[in-house]
Amino acid sequence: MSTQPPDSSDYESEHVHQVYEQIASHFSSTRYKPWPIVERFLLSLPDGSIGLDIGCGNGKYLSVNKNVYILASDRSTNLTKIASTHQPHSALVADTIALPHKPASFDFAISIAVVHHLSTPERRREAIHSILALLRRAENGKEAGKALIYVWALEQKDSRRGWDSGNDQDVLVPWVMKEKRPKQPKKNRSKDSTADEDPTKKDENVDLENNSAVGPKHQSGEKTFHRYYHLYRSGELEQDITHADGLVLDSGYEKDNWWAIASPKS
Amino acid sequence: MKLLTLNFLTCARRTCKSSPLSFPLHPCDAELEIADVDFSLDFLRNILPRLEWDAMVALCSELSLPLSATVPAAAELSGAGDEPTQSAKDLHHLLLETNITAGKLVCGNCGHEYAIKEGIANFLLPAHMV
Ligand SMILES: [Zn+2]
Repeated sequence: MSTQPPDSSDYESEHVHQVYEQIASHFSSTRYKPWPIVERFLLSLPDGSIGLDIGCGNGKYLSVNKNVYILASDRSTNLTKIASTHQPHSALVADTIALPHKPASFDFAISIAVVHHLSTPERRREAIHSILALLRRAENGKEAGKALIYVWALEQKDSRRGWDSGNDQDVLVPWVMKEKRPKQPKKNRSKDSTADEDPTKKDENVDLENNSAVGPKHQSGEKTFHRYYHLYRSGELEQDITHADGLVLDSGYEKDNWWAIASPKS
Repeated sequence: MKLLTLNFLTCARRTCKSSPLSFPLHPCDAELEIADVDFSLDFLRNILPRLEWDAMVALCSELSLPLSATVPAAAELSGAGDEPTQSAKDLHHLLLETNITAGKLVCGNCGHEYAIKEGIANFLLPAHMV
C-alpha cells in the first residue's frame, strides 16, 4: 500500500522546506564530498559554460569547477547563505518551478536530490520541465544545453535502509539532530563528524538506525525531523523526463540513486 | 550578491518572462560592499560575450557605477605577456567584487519587489503569484 501524500505544496513546505531550513547547518556539515557522476558532469563542461545548480543545498558542487559560472538556488535561506561563499559563483533563494531566469539561455543545469522531494508525479514532471526550459535549444550546429538530474532510488537493498522494488515509493525519512552537549567526550564527537565521509553514501549521518547503536532512542538533546521523499523506480526518471518534453541522452544508477542527463527537445 | 548575477536574473513570475520589461531587474535602496574574488582573465574573457551589455550599462548607471558604453574587445583585456590590463581589473572589480548586500530588486513589468538581505536575494513568491 502506497501512502500517497496529498497533492499540495503545503505538504512539501512542511515536510521538506521547513525541515531543511531547521537542519541547515547540521545537514551542511555532513555534505561536503561530491558524488562521482556529478563531478564528472561538471568537469566535462567547456570552460566559460554558464549554468544552474537547482536545489544547491550548501553548494558542495560549486567547488568542483571554477572555470564555469553557476547560478545556484535553493529554497532554504540558511543553506543558500552557506552556498554563496563559493566563488566565482552566485547563490540565491528561489523555487525550482519559479526560477528567476530567462528561458532557453543556459548551457547546463544540475538538479541533485531535489525532484524526489516533490509529492506528486505532476509536480515532479513540472519541475523537470521547468529545468529543461531554461536550457539553450540546439541551433547553428551547436548542441542543446544539458541537465543532470539525480534522484534517490527505490532499489537500494544493500543500503542501510534496505528498500527494494517491493517497498512503498512515498516515504518520510527521519533526520535526527543531536544538540551539542558540553560534556560529550571528544572522541564521540569526532566520530559523529566523520560519519559521513563516504561520498557514495546518501542519507547517512545521525539517523535513527545509527542512534540506536550508540544509545537509547529519544534521549534528551535530540530532535527528529521527517523529510518527504518519492523513491524512484528503475526507468521512472527517464519516463518523467520524456513526459516533460525532454530527451534522455544518458542515464544510470550510482550507489542508491538514479541519474539521467537530458536536453530539451528541439 | 555580485553584480554579474543580475545579468542572469529576471522576474520569477511566469507571466513576466515574455515581457522585455522584466529584464534587468532594477536595484532599489541598494547597499553596496566590496569583497575580494580571485582574478581570472580566462573567466572574464569567457563571460564578457555572454553579457547583455546594454542592460549591464543601465544597471550600473542606476547604481552610479561606471561601465563603458561598449563591450571591451578581447584585445583590451590583456597586454604583453598576457598581463591583465587595468580595464580587465576594473571589470573584475565591478562584476565580481561589487556586491549588493541589502535592498530590493524590482520587476519593471509587474512591480514586484524581491528583497536582498545579507547579500542573499529571495525570489520565493506567494503561491497566488507563481
Ligand atoms: Zn514581474
